[in-house]
Amino acid sequence: MQLTAAEKILSRKAGEVLRAGDIVVADVDGAMGTDATAPFAIKAFEGMGGGPVWDNQRFSLVLDHATPAPNERVSGLHALMRDFAREQGVKLYEVGDGICHQLMVENGHAGPGELFVGADSHTPTIGALGSFAVGIGSTDLAAVMRTGRIWLKVPRSIRVELTGSFRPGTFPKDVILHLVGKLGIAGATYEAVEFGGSAVRSLSLAGRMVLANMVAEMGAKAGLVDTTGLELPDALAGRDFPEHNADAGATYRQRIELDISDLGPQVAVPNLPDNVKDVREVAGTKVQMAFIGSCTNSRLEDLHAAAAVLKGQRIAPGVRLIVTTASRRIFNEALADGTVQTLSEAGATFITSGCGPCVGTHQGVPSDGENVISTTNRNFRGRMGNPNSSIYLSSPAVVAASALTGEVTDPARFFEPVAGAAGGRAEA
Amino acid sequence: MSRAVSSYEGRAHLVGDNVDTDRIIPGKYTKTLDTSELASHLLEDYDPTLAGRLEVGDILAAGENFGCGSSREQAPIAIKAAGVSCVVARSFARIFFRNAINVGLPVIEVPDLQIEDGSRLSVDVRSGRVLDLTTGNEYAGTRMPPVMSQILAAGGLQAYLRAGGDYTVKE
Repeated sequence: MQLTAAEKILSRKAGEVLRAGDIVVADVDGAMGTDATAPFAIKAFEGMGGGPVWDNQRFSLVLDHATPAPNERVSGLHALMRDFAREQGVKLYEVGDGICHQLMVENGHAGPGELFVGADSHTPTIGALGSFAVGIGSTDLAAVMRTGRIWLKVPRSIRVELTGSFRPGTFPKDVILHLVGKLGIAGATYEAVEFGGSAVRSLSLAGRMVLANMVAEMGAKAGLVDTTGLELPDALAGRDFPEHNADAGATYRQRIELDISDLGPQVAVPNLPDNVKDVREVAGTKVQMAFIGSCTNSRLEDLHAAAAVLKGQRIAPGVRLIVTTASRRIFNEALADGTVQTLSEAGATFITSGCGPCVGTHQGVPSDGENVISTTNRNFRGRMGNPNSSIYLSSPAVVAASALTGEVTDPARFFEPVAGAAGGRAEA
Repeated sequence: MSRAVSSYEGRAHLVGDNVDTDRIIPGKYTKTLDTSELASHLLEDYDPTLAGRLEVGDILAAGENFGCGSSREQAPIAIKAAGVSCVVARSFARIFFRNAINVGLPVIEVPDLQIEDGSRLSVDVRSGRVLDLTTGNEYAGTRMPPVMSQILAAGGLQAYLRAGGDYTVKE
């Protein structure tokens, strides 16, 4: 029987061969909630009868969406989560530790072939490890906290086969923006998107996480990246994982082949993530705010790309560049290798590792009429806290180049052609 | 099994395609457990007058991909707390659809829905039948998996699990 990665992982969980369309009630291998979703989950958990969570070693809480707390109401919700974590003996990641999906991957909470659920829509990011990772809401999370189980429909899959190599200044973000534009904002609703091909095999874990992250912007339930050639995080070293990659003869709803050598930098223009254009079509649009951050693009290689553009330079007058890292660990690495200094000297402002301005709560709300160039994943009206501002989505290289010039800019000229490495990135 | 109310009649408020959860309830208002406050900001960035015009029992009618974007359950909670009895749409985003059922907000997918703002609708949740009382047009909604019907019939996932202790998936 030839199975997709989604069918294979869920079949193993069910103990019988499942195909797309089947319903399964499965034991999860891990679960998490954030300060945006866990307070309602804790309330629902208590409404279901409370008691101990099903397995306090497999559940964790993350403070990342509004950190440090912008007001007493949010600090109250954070306190509620800390109290719950203490009572239940579950791991809680504190203010500044990082973004939930990054922390789950860095710290070994999810692994290849496992079923992971997170109360955040970008949970599919974890599929970069070959996990079946699904975003759920608060009440579903409460049910998992209580039972350790979740019901799921086995999704059909779309296979994306990536070949070729990156042009200078082009990165995994450009690939996923292009695919979101091609498939559309509901193009993979209820489905899994599975990535493979020679271009994927040469990607780092960080690059793979960018691909899996934005399947959420196609409506997908999960994104699964073939793990061939993947170097696992240290936290997973020495552990065995079940076979999880798709079989060669699996049946897909659709197959997409993309030679990334043909692709240049992409930008999603307001107000939907699937309004994707070549950067040259948008070049010259004035920007007042630039943001490098979020679960999509704030890992070390993203900061390196920005530093390659900004080293020894100064951002344009009238532009503010806000930078955050996906975790404290990444911040420390960027501190140690000089990247933080390079960016700060160029005029970047570093904020707490976490979701930052992406979710429109604080730490960088744009004002009326302003344009924001951002490495995030959503440009819905009002997303960053002001419905009268406009958000453009791009790679960190485009954001850095645009911060430098004050207008949307093709970053290609900042990157020397190099063979092999993802993104053809220059070193900071 | 005891059943929650399964048919509704009310005035429909029409919204368009791809109404995302940031429009339904902006992220800056979500950090609260106060559901009536969530309701006061419902669809604020889409139509600032809507929350004030809603009456208890009204129906929300939408185009494609309603509720796309974040996993925030505050979106269906805000809709329910505003007094909306049910949501009908040509299609829904996955997490929103699931969250709505889990909080006991009936949602019916009607792929060929074609109604005017302000129409009176009659919605039968169990059969998925939607009748436009203004035009007389009748629509057949997509059937949801049995586990979802059972959760909705129980009034939401909290009540479903309190009653049964675990999932029972019957065809």
